[in-house]
This record gives sequence, C-alpha cells and structure tokens, in this order.
Amino acid sequence: MSVQPNAPEGVEPTHFEFDHESEQQIATVLAKYPPERKASGVLPLLYVVQKQMGRQTGSAWIPRVAMDVVAERLEMAPIRVYEVATFYLMFNTKPIGRYHLQVCTTTSCWLRGSDDVTAACKAATGIKAFGETSADGLFTLTEVECLGACANAPILQVDDDYYEDLDGPRTEELIAALRRGERPRPGPTIDRLNAAPAGGRKVLVDDVARKPQGQG
Amino acid sequence: MVKVTVDGIPVEVAAGSSALQACEAAGKEIPRFCYHERLSVAGNCRMCLVEVAGGRKPVASCGFPIGEGMQIFTDTEVVRRARRAVMEFLLINHPLDCPICDQGGECDLQDQAFGYGADHSRYRENKRAVTDKYLGPLVKTVMTRCIQCTRCIRFSTEIAGVPELGGISRGENLEITNYVEKALTSELSGNLIDICPVGALTSQPYAFTARSWELKRTDSIDVCDAVGTNIVMHARGAAVLRIVPRINDEVNEEWLSDKGRFVVDGFRRRRLDRPWVRVDGRLQPASWQDAFSTIAMRLKNVPGERIGAIAGDMCDAESMMALKDLMETLGSGNIDCRQDGAKYDTSRRDFYTFNTGITGIEDADALLIVGSVPRQEAPVLNARIRKRFLAAGRGGFPIAMIGAPNADPTYAAEVLGAGPDTLADLADGKLPFADALKNAKKPMIIVGHGALTRPDGQAIAKACWDLATQVGAMTPDWHGFNVLHTAASRVAGLDLGLVPAPKGRDVAGMLDGGVDVLWLLGADEFATDRIGPETFVVYQGHHGDAGAARADVILPGTLYAEKPGTYTNTEGRVQEAFRAVMPPGDAREDWRILRAFSEVVGRKLPYDTIEALRARMMRASPVFGAQWARHATADTTPPQAGAVAMSSDPFHPVIADYYLTHAVCRASPTMETCSGIYVHPANQAAE
Repeated sequence: MSVQPNAPEGVEPTHFEFDHESEQQIATVLAKYPPERKASGVLPLLYVVQKQMGRQTGSAWIPRVAMDVVAERLEMAPIRVYEVATFYLMFNTKPIGRYHLQVCTTTSCWLRGSDDVTAACKAATGIKAFGETSADGLFTLTEVECLGACANAPILQVDDDYYEDLDGPRTEELIAALRRGERPRPGPTIDRLNAAPAGGRKVLVDDVARKPQGQG
Repeated sequence: MVKVTVDGIPVEVAAGSSALQACEAAGKEIPRFCYHERLSVAGNCRMCLVEVAGGRKPVASCGFPIGEGMQIFTDTEVVRRARRAVMEFLLINHPLDCPICDQGGECDLQDQAFGYGADHSRYRENKRAVTDKYLGPLVKTVMTRCIQCTRCIRFSTEIAGVPELGGISRGENLEITNYVEKALTSELSGNLIDICPVGALTSQPYAFTARSWELKRTDSIDVCDAVGTNIVMHARGAAVLRIVPRINDEVNEEWLSDKGRFVVDGFRRRRLDRPWVRVDGRLQPASWQDAFSTIAMRLKNVPGERIGAIAGDMCDAESMMALKDLMETLGSGNIDCRQDGAKYDTSRRDFYTFNTGITGIEDADALLIVGSVPRQEAPVLNARIRKRFLAAGRGGFPIAMIGAPNADPTYAAEVLGAGPDTLADLADGKLPFADALKNAKKPMIIVGHGALTRPDGQAIAKACWDLATQVGAMTPDWHGFNVLHTAASRVAGLDLGLVPAPKGRDVAGMLDGGVDVLWLLGADEFATDRIGPETFVVYQGHHGDAGAARADVILPGTLYAEKPGTYTNTEGRVQEAFRAVMPPGDAREDWRILRAFSEVVGRKLPYDTIEALRARMMRASPVFGAQWARHATADTTPPQAGAVAMSSDPFHPVIADYYLTHAVCRASPTMETCSGIYVHPANQAAE
C-alpha cells in the first residue's frame, strides 16, 4: 500500500518564510537564470528550504507551506513544486531527526559490510527499521542506493557528509560523537587519503621525481 | 510533405509529423493510451510501439519524428510481442474490477487487452493499491486503476489552464494527484472523464447508473451557453442519463463545459408535466383544453398592443418562430428575446454575432475583451483562446480586458481598466495596448454582455466597432468585431426578429403593467416580480422556476433533449439537435403548443409539420437554410450608437454563479453542489 508522502496531520507548520541567510542564497541561485526561466531554480530553492528548516527546527525537511512559498517565488504552479520535491529522495517531505543517517546498501557497500553498519546504527540509536526516527528525535535512519563512493565502501552519509570505510565499531563511535554534538572529520575512517590505498602508496614507489603523497 | 511507407503503403505526411500520424494516414490503427491528438506528446505508455527499418529496437511511434523514405512496420512479430509485453506490464498493477467499473465497455485498456492481453497473469506478488483522491463533486477517482498515462495532467495544464494535477513520487510509488484535498477549479473538468483511457477518472454523478452498451445515442446541441457545443445525449428508456461531447473541430473540438455535461440530472426534476391553471389564486391541474380556453377567454377583447411575449435563453428557433407568428396574428408587436435587456443594432447580422468565428481565434494575433468573462460565459470558447495563447508563444498573442474578470482567465490578460472610459483611452492611443492592437495583422475585439446589457450597451458596441475599424480589424478578409453571447437562443431570436416592432414594447416595457397578457416562452431570467399584478401570465416551458411561479396558466413544454430543434450559436452557426427522449406526462413540443393554441383563438398558424415550419424560418431569415461561413467585412458602416451616451460606470460580470444560470441547472442537484463548493464555499463550511 503506497501512502501519501505528505507529513502526518498536525506536523505541518502553518507558516513558512525565508530568513535572511536563505534570502542571500536565493539571490545567488536566481542570478544564474534569466527571469522568465526562474522556475529552473526549483531544486536549489528546495535545498535552501530544507537547510533553513534544519537550522531553525533541527529537522531538515520541506513542509508543504514551504513548497507553496517556493512556487510563489518562482511563479510556478504549486503542483510542479510538489512533483519535484517528492521525486527526489534527497528532499524530506516528512520531519526527520537532527542527524540523517543514510546507509548505502547497494552491492559494493553490501559486499564490504553495510549490514554491519546498519546493525551498528540500529544498536546505537535504538531505531528498529529503515525510515524510522529514534525516540530521542536525534537520528533518522534511511536506506539509500549507491552513493557513488564504492572505492570507500561501506559508506554512511550523515546529512551532507560521507563517512567512509566503516565497520560496526567505528560506526557506533561516529554516532556517539554525533550524540556529543561533535562533527568528526568526513572522509575515510581508516588510514588512507581519499580513495588512495590504505597504508600509503603501493605502486610507483621508486619514482623519485615525485614525493609520496600518502599519510604513512 | 515527407514520403514514408507504412506496411508497404506509401503515404505523404506533413514534415514534423510523428510515425503514429503517418500510420494513421495509412489507415493503420495504432494502440495508444498516453497519446492524445489534442495534448502534448508524453511517450510514456509505450503501447504505440512500431518497427522502423534499420532501427535496432521498436520505437514509440507517438514521439518518433518521421524522415524521408522511412519504412514503418506496424504488424510484425516483433511489434506484436513488444505490445503484448507492454500490456502485461500495464496489467500488473491494474485491478481486475471491470465488472464494477463504470468505464467497462468503453475502456481503452479493456479494448486493447482484447488484442494484446495474455489470458493469464504471470505476476504472483501483491498488486499495488493507491489511495483515491478528491477532485471535487464531478470527477470520481479510483486511482488503483490508473496507468499513469498523464493525460489528465496534460489536459488540466494545457487545455483547461489550471495546473492542479501532477504526478508525485516516483517509480512504483508514482501517483496522480492534486496533492492538496481541493476540488479542481475548472469549468472543463468533466472532460477529464472522457480523456482518461481507463476507469481511474469517471463521472461522479453518473456513477453506477448504466452500462455504455445499454444507452441510445442521439446527436444534440448544448444550450447551456451560446457556443453551440456539439453533444451526444445518452439515454435509456425515458431518461437521458448522461451527456458527452461530440467532436466538431469548428466549434468545440472535443470538449464540453461542466454545466453542459452535468446539468442532465436536472432534466427530470421540477418538471412541468401537465397544464396548470390558476383558480382563486392557486394553481390547479388542468387539461390542455381548459388551459387553452382559459387563455382564449382572457385574450378576448384585449387589443394587440396590450399583449406581449418574451422568449427565454434556451428556446429552439422553431418555437420562437411560432411565437413570433402567433403574436403577429394577435396584432402584437411586443415581443422580445432579450431577457437580460441587452442592446444590439439588429439591422445587420454582423452587429450581433461572433464574426471572427471560433476557429478564427486561432488566426488572431491580438485580443481585446470588453465586458466579458469568457471563462464563465463560454468555457469551451475560452479554451480556444488559451489554445491560441499557448500556440503563439510568449508575447505572440497579447490579450487585454476591460472590466475586471471574476475568475482567472487561464491566460495572461492585462486588465486595462474598469469601464468604457478605458475604451476611449485606447482609441486615443493613450494606452500601450493600443499599439499592440494596431501592430497586429488580425486583431479581434470581443464584446460581452457585461457591456451590452447596460443602458449604454449600443454606444459601447459602436465604440468597439469604431476601435476595430481604427486598428485595422475590419478588412475584406478579416472581421474582428465579435459579440460573445451567453444565451443559446439569442442569435436565432435576433435572426427571426424577436425584437419589438416599431412602437412595440421590450422586456422592460412589458413589465410593471405594460401589457395585460404576457406570454413567457421558457423565460425565467428577468425580474418576474416586476410583472404588473393585473397582468395575466402564460408560462410555456419545461421547469417550475421563477416564470412558472408567477404564471396564471402553465403550458408544459419540452427541454432541448425532448424535441428536434434548431439552434444558432454565437457565431451565427445554425445547428440541428434531435430528439433523444419523449417529454414527460402531457408536455408537448413547444411549436406544436403554439400551433394548437393558434387554432383555438381562430388564427391558425400556416404550418402543420416541422418541415413546413422550417421552410417558414428560411423565409424569415435565409441563414437557416445556408451553410455557415466565416464573415469577412463587407460593409464597415458602424452600428447605431443608440440613444444613451456612454457612461463611465465600471463593467460587471454577467455571471455571478456559473453553475446556476438557468432553470434546468437550478433543478440539478449536481449543479447545486458545485455552486456550494465553488461559488459559495463559506456557506458550505457553515453547514
């Protein structure tokens, strides 16, 4: 049974207005499009809404009133904004927790242990299944498709940041840090630089003309 | 033109056509769900797959542009297998509820499943189910049946101009919805029912009423507005059960207004089905003889100039002809078909018709609307304006209005001002829109009844005519002066001369005791409370409404569904409607009533058959025998300005409540509901 993606009754705010920071971002976005084509700015504007909701309420989601505000600003029919907002899974049309834990479970990550990451997320937050929010309202766990960082599988995306090369314990550590209000440095959680080999260079080590770039 | 071969048949089609159009030109039927010739191409149902020589895989013909020498195959094994596969996918989530589905029997999916469906399903998982949506009181939704062809989305966005439907979510979860629980705000929403290829959108008032194969179909003409929409009455037994549009590209394409479609449940309610005579202040049932003799007695010794007649807005030309002839034989020149008091110079036909023609709108390149809200007065014609507006592209078809509309026109229209003063400013070139009109090659001006029903109506009409001449809208091959009527009977009435004779009284003159005997032919839309207390009122009509309530004798007449009739639309196009059902009870065809009565008073009208009556109409006005053709300006002499000079009062829309404009819709529960939801939402909430 499919369900309406709208927020449940009573959650929807009655009013939405862009704040000063958002207005500055909108000005930058709209400057990119000719005035009669400003509807092209719908995706960036929805991001602006989601970020503002995150700043203001601690839950980065897009209420329907905000979609109406976007529609009005871009002079497009509200339904066209609803279509876009519900199409892209990166837009949350229901309230979420402060931290959005997005576990990639597609093939590469799954082969490299995304099940452990999922289990660790559930254990550390008390969430029972994908799509739920923890009782303390801090975390929402979502299953996502390939995040395009297979070389660093498995990946957990927290809000906009990738935490890579995870395993169960490091995932729990990460969540504990988030709970303390810290934001650990995104990227690999093991000894490697970006997608370079763990433990430093493995090839072209004799090439004296170039200095090794690895950390080790 | 491009030459292509379809299954070995060489055809020539216009460059830019799609493969599907080429196949149709070759006489090949291509199955389709999402493709509709009047909507943009979506290409998402994949049912119209064909093979093209040299192609590696089948292509969706609806969106595939043809090229010179292209060879298309519509009936190969590959094509058949591909269509069968598409059909299997479409049926995966489609419920097997044809026996309880109103679309059954006229369903594209059902029909095409006969050709391409498998005898069983290989799908073992649960089918998806979709929550039904609320789209208002007219369109019923069963969204589980939806195959996501998106025709409804494209119709509401492109034709109706109310972008309220959309597809939300994605993939398996895609749903067609308006997202908010709100009734569709369109006077054309009923067309969604026709356009939906499956049973997802069906008619709410007609739900579970009849099966399509039980119905007898009769061609008719819609009389709820003056567009003259071609319709088909679907009847079973004595009842018309539904009305659907008939394709006529020159008038309504294939659309029908909601009022014309859903008024049908008013056909059998509040009907006058026997004669009534007022005895001691109360209406008593009577026989035809009693009713006729009562009128004849009252008419005795009443001089002709004390007798008057008013024809209503839904009358057929035949009954109006008979009424006029009857009044003439009684020696009366007091006759009027203009209940709303509109003023026209009737000396020439192009002073009161829509001379550009409805199809002419598609050639126009600038439009000025004066005192009219086409969206409410003629929704189907408004769709044509919108079509032109979209086709012309940004700024290609500038539209301006004088008189603020009470509804979004569905196209960008600049409101230049409120009243006739703006017209003078335009003529003086004080407004930028004057240049838009001047620079246009084929500008058109529409004058509505918001302007013509005022005392200074004729002066405004003349001012509009002068403006049209000034901006070059009057040329030997273009006539840019248009009157948009709201009453279906009006143009025929004016053609037949149902206007007061010299020294005769008009509607206002017949009220307040201006006449002693007043014959109302289906006339309810005027101030019936202003009929003088001593005036003897004969009401001949089909519904118990304002006119019948005041009547001293009621003669039960017939609805447009119950009589053969001739109707002339706002363009002056003469169209014929046929009888779909028999009238109820003792009701009789209106011209026969008048003919029978004429014999009672010893002034027998000289026709016994409808053919003879129609020959009489042709003598009265040759247009009734002629093929309609678009006017060119033969004579640029302007109409008479009338006695009243132009005032500067603002124009007011003539339609306050679109859903309740005449006696039949006031008897219709569906129209009542619509009025409550769309026009008086506050009252509705209070109940």
